[in-house]
Amino acid sequence: MRVNIALAQVVNQQERWQHVKVAPTSLCALLCQRSQTKVGVLDIDICGPSIPTIMGVQNEQVHHSASGWSPVYISNNLAVMSVGFLLKGPEDAVIWRGPRKNGLIKQFLRDVDWGQLDYLLIDTPPGTSDEHLSIVQYLSQTQLDGAIVLTTPQEVSLIDVRKEINFCQRVGLPVIGVVENMSIFICPKCKKDSYIFPPSTGGGEKMAADFRVPFLGRLPLDSRIGKCCDEGKSFLEEVTDSPATQAFVQIIHKIQAHCSQEQSSRETETGEAMDEG
Amino acid sequence: MERLQSVHHVIVILSGKGGVGKSTVAVQLALALRAQGRKVGLLDVDLCGPSIPHMFKLDGQSVHQCPEGWLPVYVDKEQKLGVMSIGFLLENNDDAIIWRGPKKTAMIKQFLSDVHWQNTEYLIIDTPPGTSDEHITVMENLRAFNPDGAILVTTPQAVAVGDVRRELTFCRKTGIPVIGIIENMSGYQVPSLFRCIPIDLQLSQGLEIGKEVSSAPVMDAIQEVAKRLIMLDKDLP
Repeated sequence: MRVNIALAQVVNQQERWQHVKVAPTSLCALLCQRSQTKVGVLDIDICGPSIPTIMGVQNEQVHHSASGWSPVYISNNLAVMSVGFLLKGPEDAVIWRGPRKNGLIKQFLRDVDWGQLDYLLIDTPPGTSDEHLSIVQYLSQTQLDGAIVLTTPQEVSLIDVRKEINFCQRVGLPVIGVVENMSIFICPKCKKDSYIFPPSTGGGEKMAADFRVPFLGRLPLDSRIGKCCDEGKSFLEEVTDSPATQAFVQIIHKIQAHCSQEQSSRETETGEAMDEG
Repeated sequence: MERLQSVHHVIVILSGKGGVGKSTVAVQLALALRAQGRKVGLLDVDLCGPSIPHMFKLDGQSVHQCPEGWLPVYVDKEQKLGVMSIGFLLENNDDAIIWRGPKKTAMIKQFLSDVHWQNTEYLIIDTPPGTSDEHITVMENLRAFNPDGAILVTTPQAVAVGDVRRELTFCRKTGIPVIGIIENMSGYQVPSLFRCIPIDLQLSQGLEIGKEVSSAPVMDAIQEVAKRLIMLDKDLP
């Protein structure tokens, strides 16, 4: 494989929701961007790529060069690759069965020239099928840090997310943690909280405890996130006062801490750390 | 596939994104059609994330075999609303279906050919998000039965709307008519293409516990969609 995935990889197993689902991936990327780490975002939702719109680069095209496909750069340390860059227009549908989707995922992993990256975030479609099996299988030889599992508080979502965690356990993919999105809705006018999606069975935190995986935090539903996603703006820079921003920063810190801890234990194990010393 | 011949109308529910409320719309539409005296079937072909059983509080139920085929699980004693989902075939609710395309295709074909719907007037098919194996299989196998068409579900955000444009292309390419678009979670009830369904606390709470809801704005919207579906039927030759 020609990929230079330098330090860490985070596979994002995401479940059933609309665009806010991908918001965490892009926000994650944008935060890392602020702290000068090099981040790549790979969108393997072949039939419904949203990352280009959310990142505000929907009209970009992928460039071919001698070293492979160049990802689309949002800034000098944030690069994105998605099937959306290969389509003719926003109405162009990718009507493919599994094998063709797998072929493209393989090509993304083999041919995209990411350069040196600290993190590669992979955004997946909902489900536990071709895309998910393929990505785990193709990356089995690399040091996959694990999966971040997203849910919303209500049981209808948790039913599917339990299946997703089950999937991770079956294929041997570590779960970095669970993030609960759309936990509460804070009305932008009256500041009153309401539970649009009631956690009737304990929500994401209880589910994480049941599966003995870490719970990373809650993100409130803020209509301004959706708006920023639609317009391709960075939420963290546009709406600094939102509770969602702070919650997000904390979640990112936990993920970064997990990844660097994994890395150092890996280095101790392989003796890499001794070489450097 | 002869068993599908006894079904008068087949409606497919599609959306590009997950979580826009396909299953919610499918369930409410089935209930609304039943309320208007029709016999309704609901087939859930979302194999990796079946939500329909939970929304009807049918978790843990299982499918029975009869000489005519698989019997759907009925929501009511009168057997006016039957449901079929992979959820009824799982031993444990948390079990993940980790299947690639060919296995999913085989399962869906079996659902379409082996379920005994018994003179169902409306069969509503709830699909997973996307335009891949499940959708291609459903469309290919339904073609012979002349399905009424597809209802596309979306939310007001541009990202989800973008996906609906792809879904429209899918319908055109596979030759299935588009009955209409339903905009779900339209916060302030702005009228749109077909009908908007506002975000409603009662509805999401009701679905959580598998109870029927009777919230006015949501029900009005759904009832109107059902009425228009029935009207549509009268217009057809």
